[in-house]
Amino acid sequence: MEGIDGSGKSTQLRLLEKWFRFNGMEVFLTEWNSSALVKSITSKGKKKANLTPTTFSLLHATDFADRFERNIMPLLRAGYFVLADRYVYTAYSRDVARGCNPAWVRKVYDFALKPDIAFYFRVPIDVSIERILASRPKLKYYEAGMDMKLSGDPYESYRIFQNRIIQQYELMREREGFAVIDATMGIQEQQNIMRGIVMDRLEVLVPDAKEVR
Amino acid sequence: MSAHARTPTWYGQSGGMPYLRDTKISGKLIVIEGPDASGRSTQIGQITEQLEAKGLAVLNTGLKRSGFIGTGILEAKRNVTLGKRTIALFYAADFADQLEHKIVPALHAGYVVLADRYVYTLMARNTVRGIRRLWSANLYSFAMVPDLVFYLDVDPFKLVHRVFAKHHQLDYYESGSDMGHSDDMFESFIVYQRKLAREFEFLKKKYNLTSIDGNKPADEVSRALQGRINDYLGL
Repeated sequence: MEGIDGSGKSTQLRLLEKWFRFNGMEVFLTEWNSSALVKSITSKGKKKANLTPTTFSLLHATDFADRFERNIMPLLRAGYFVLADRYVYTAYSRDVARGCNPAWVRKVYDFALKPDIAFYFRVPIDVSIERILASRPKLKYYEAGMDMKLSGDPYESYRIFQNRIIQQYELMREREGFAVIDATMGIQEQQNIMRGIVMDRLEVLVPDAKEVR
Repeated sequence: MSAHARTPTWYGQSGGMPYLRDTKISGKLIVIEGPDASGRSTQIGQITEQLEAKGLAVLNTGLKRSGFIGTGILEAKRNVTLGKRTIALFYAADFADQLEHKIVPALHAGYVVLADRYVYTLMARNTVRGIRRLWSANLYSFAMVPDLVFYLDVDPFKLVHRVFAKHHQLDYYESGSDMGHSDDMFESFIVYQRKLAREFEFLKKKYNLTSIDGNKPADEVSRALQGRINDYLGL
């Protein structure tokens, strides 16, 4: 699941997880920047606000590698459905928006498996900002892209940064074969489309998967 | 030694850090590579004294010395459940932090930076753990090309004796114990150091490293290094 903050991807991911579980499938959820080990090391640096784009990128890559080596890969081999709240495309868009070399970032992550489906939740920036501000009044330093000195105002900085990220997603959308979801639609409507896409893909991968429906 | 500001050379063609493309430096970056207990820190101490005696500003730097990532790395070394890719990226993050926060600013200010190891050790460790060379080379393409790189060549058996003379025990990670070559740490150390040495043979050619015979007594090694550094700096 990819998309900017406030695109509703986490909500959709939870619903998809419920659906898999209801059908008796083994599911594993993994979130961007969630490795306990890597988190314990980065937090101090983040507070000091002195992470450069390259360090920032590499620490997220470390986090991803830990989850990939420890969970994602072994679980896929065991036959699990792995649902990832953000995947390598987040690095491709965010790190490049921060000023890293696009070719470099892609090569750093070239050990990752290409997902069977990459959902991209497309949402106008105003809608996402409204959603974010409704639940979280204060923007975090890196989340707002304050490290790039785009603007002294966190909200203005956030808008510029998120716009840059959207540009990156749009640039890779076709090449990476994203399944684009219009994230302004109703929650249930989006979910039904996603389940349809999953079923179509499963029928290609496992011809007798129809029983699940 | 000229104090003219110049544009540094980076390993990557387009640079791993495009946002540093306008950076100018006037200092020199000198790297001493070599296995554990090859005498790097002794040599760096002496070179530092010599250069400072001649009035040059010197900064010492090394792997694992980064303010906020460094301590975590030391803890993680004990954690054998960390994957090879995770460790590789962890070290890369630490290195990037030092490069941008210590090395580049010092070079910009005109310091001679003496680095106790650089990206080559990190790349060699990756390779012997089964990571593709090309991946590591790309990973570190954001690094600056040093002015001089020396490699202290020391026979693994000699290394073992030096380590014992210092600590009476072998370091878990430097022995490559995480790789499961052998239950016997001595055996493991020798096998691991040989593999690293073999990888350095490749790296020496690719990155133009100058080999120094580190089996010789410290003062002889020191003279060999000093001579080359003084020549390069025009001292």
